[in-house]
Amino acid sequence: MGRKLLLENINVPGINTFEVYRQKGGYRAVEKALKSMSPEDVVEEVKKSGLRGRGGAGFPTGMKWSFLAKPEGKPRYLVCNGDESEPGTFKDRYLMTYIPHLLIEGMIVSSYALGANTSYIYVRGEMMPQIRILEKAIAEAKNAGLLGKNILGSGYDLELYVQPGGGAYICGEETALIESLEGKRGNPRIKPPFPAISGLYNCPTVVNNVESIAATVPIINDGADEYAKMGIGRSTGTKLISASGNLNKPGVYEIELGVSVEEFIYSDEYCGGIANGKRMKAVVAGGSSVPILPANLILKTANGENRLITYESLADGGFATGTMLGSGGFVVFDEDQCIVRNTWNYSRFYHHESCGQCSPCREGTGWMEKVLHRLEYGHGKLSDIDLLVDVSKKIEGNTICPLGDAAAWPVASAIRHFRDEFEWHVTHPDEAMQRNYGLAHYADPLPKPEGVTAN
Amino acid sequence: MSDKVKVTIDGISIEVEPGTSILNAARQIGGDIVPPAMCYYSKLQGSGGKCRTCLVKVSKGSEKDPRPMPKLVASCRTTVMEGMEVQNITSSEVLEARKGVVEMLLINHPLDCPICDQAGECHLQDLSYEHGTESTRYEFERRTFDRIDIGDKIQLHMTRCILCYRCVYVADQITDNRVHGILGRGDAAEISTYIEKAIENDFSGNVIDVCPVGALTDKTFRFKNRVWFTKPVDAHRDCPKCSGKVTLWYKGEDVIRVTARKDEYGEAEEFICNDCRFETKKTSDWVIEGPRRISPHSVISANHYEQLNPPSVIRTNPALLESNKEEFERITRL
Ligand SMILES: Cc1cc2nc3c(=O)[nH]c(=O)nc-3n(C[C@H](O)[C@H](O)[C@H](O)COP(=O)(O)O)c2cc1C
Ligand code: SF4
Ligand code: SF4
Ligand code: FES
Repeated sequence: MGRKLLLENINVPGINTFEVYRQKGGYRAVEKALKSMSPEDVVEEVKKSGLRGRGGAGFPTGMKWSFLAKPEGKPRYLVCNGDESEPGTFKDRYLMTYIPHLLIEGMIVSSYALGANTSYIYVRGEMMPQIRILEKAIAEAKNAGLLGKNILGSGYDLELYVQPGGGAYICGEETALIESLEGKRGNPRIKPPFPAISGLYNCPTVVNNVESIAATVPIINDGADEYAKMGIGRSTGTKLISASGNLNKPGVYEIELGVSVEEFIYSDEYCGGIANGKRMKAVVAGGSSVPILPANLILKTANGENRLITYESLADGGFATGTMLGSGGFVVFDEDQCIVRNTWNYSRFYHHESCGQCSPCREGTGWMEKVLHRLEYGHGKLSDIDLLVDVSKKIEGNTICPLGDAAAWPVASAIRHFRDEFEWHVTHPDEAMQRNYGLAHYADPLPKPEGVTAN
Repeated sequence: MSDKVKVTIDGISIEVEPGTSILNAARQIGGDIVPPAMCYYSKLQGSGGKCRTCLVKVSKGSEKDPRPMPKLVASCRTTVMEGMEVQNITSSEVLEARKGVVEMLLINHPLDCPICDQAGECHLQDLSYEHGTESTRYEFERRTFDRIDIGDKIQLHMTRCILCYRCVYVADQITDNRVHGILGRGDAAEISTYIEKAIENDFSGNVIDVCPVGALTDKTFRFKNRVWFTKPVDAHRDCPKCSGKVTLWYKGEDVIRVTARKDEYGEAEEFICNDCRFETKKTSDWVIEGPRRISPHSVISANHYEQLNPPSVIRTNPALLESNKEEFERITRL
């Protein structure tokens, strides 16, 4: 059995309540940090642990913290990113629902480290139950003197708030999140300045993923060295993986970084293999925005080594033969799944979620979706395939925020690895049109954007 | 030692104040190396970064960190660093990306120049001419909107809008009681006033001037004439609200339009109030200063007065004179 840190006690009855969480040793990290460590010590410890952001980009958390500007007379903020909207990723919601106090504890420790006296947990607006759960947990922690003024007599004050999000994927991008938190339209800001210099209300701000913040608790409890012993190389510690698709046992798993993809998919400890005895066709390893890989490439790297679930191993070979760990949303497709349909489906999502600020993303995502739609339904042309590659290139790297890339990569990678399937849709239009996944209503012509009138 | 920052753009070096953007450094050099800009507007705080037409390649980050930047950057929002080297028209990657941006901008912008009031003054028209391709690869229905009047003086035709946000910044920064902004997301986003309210404000007319395309037009001028048949003249009046410095656009003896004076990048030199713009259209209301200088690039300058008047850095630097030679020749031929 792999060792678990975040979900160690997840099966303890009542772990979602303050009492049981406390009995199980909860809030020890707060006591330790506030009573025996300076904020700088905490930052150092997180740095030493090698923890990398679990929200997608994998930037070292301690390093991000050390960039935080410390001007006198200006507040500093910690914002927890609980927006979690990446298709295929549902680990943060799991953590917030079933062990909310772990996040609260992590927020206190991290806020202390950053010298923040007001912190926010920004949760996707649709997740009302989780928002209620967190609000209750905050009230309990406050009653116990773990939040508010002079926490545990340490002289440190912290107010913690939960903010329902704007209900848009883009509000998960850290600068759009900040705008949204300020009560504005969730448009990403142009960087620089980075939030560490000028973030929420133009004050120094750190935005961290739910899982990253939760991970600071075991780091402080057991020490950075203990944490860094887990994992491989620059991928230390554990990672929550949300596994979905045609698996025998989809769900949220905590793995030690470095578990092989093969073990994760096929062993009974984790996903238990592909459902219905089917073969695996492809995997999206890090949430919908990362490149899709065919079965052979996800199991082995280009030079034939076992592919491991680490930042480095998954990225090995660049986008030609590799992908990214991203947010850890593992979507597995069996041999019956249509890559073109899935690509169209992802593309629909990015088209719908583009904020519309930059022209390549605003116009390009819709264009790709429409071309994919006609390919999927057998109205496409062979030249559409190259057109898609070209449009994706025109978007990639040319936009304000990474949503443009996130929209481009699934399309470009699907064509890179499954071009024959796209061609099949062109050469077998009748068969393509007749496939019905029980989703016949999706075959309707594309809905028009609002405000559209006849030509 | 000067505390100026040296930057090289397409092989031409210039020293600029720290904090200057690449775009503004390029504008100080002038000529063909100035990247196009559709959303940046120097008079509007926070503008820029959106349309991506000004993308350039930073082939050397700075003296301290000479590594090239991994992606193309928006020159309007990227600050120069000591020793930075930038490629604009000398980078095929930039020109390719720009072509892509133009293609995207034209997806939902009808090429209805023959019936558009902005024809001749449209930045997208110029941009497509310089960086576009002859045909489109987009074969789907385009989005269209009904025209709406926002107030009795301004008409919005969203069909032509490229969502540059300039009018939003004007509404935000120089009118109070803002009712004008963006609704919706992605390609369903649209400029709108709060439940189709009018923008009733002394400075609302400036949204017309900043609009780079024909999405916001002056209802007192619409369809009165094509701009290149008009005669632009600089004039001023004693105005209690604004500087009163404007351009009057004549058809024969009549002033048919009043606008702010625009610089060579199509930006208003000073914003003007609605009284000057809409209410004072008699020659007797104004003190005439003389013919308006129109950029030689512009179609409006056809049959008009000006020759290229290079900025002083060009006039005094032999290398810059040389690099702008082609442009000088083109202008003299006209
Ligand atoms: C379009 C877009 C959506 C994002 N959504 C999320 C999200 O839902 N949750 C999240 O933690 N990070 C999300 N991110 C990444 C954040 O911008 C940011 O990198 C992250 O919250 C930083 O936390 P970390 O350093 O702990 O990973 C998103 C990024 C983009 C570009
Ligand atoms: S890339 Fe897309 S989502 Fe990001 S700022 Fe540009 S338009 Fe908005
Ligand atoms: S109406 Fe004009 S100024 Fe306003 S966003 Fe559209 S194109 Fe820009
Ligand atoms: S002018 Fe720079 S992005 Fe629009």
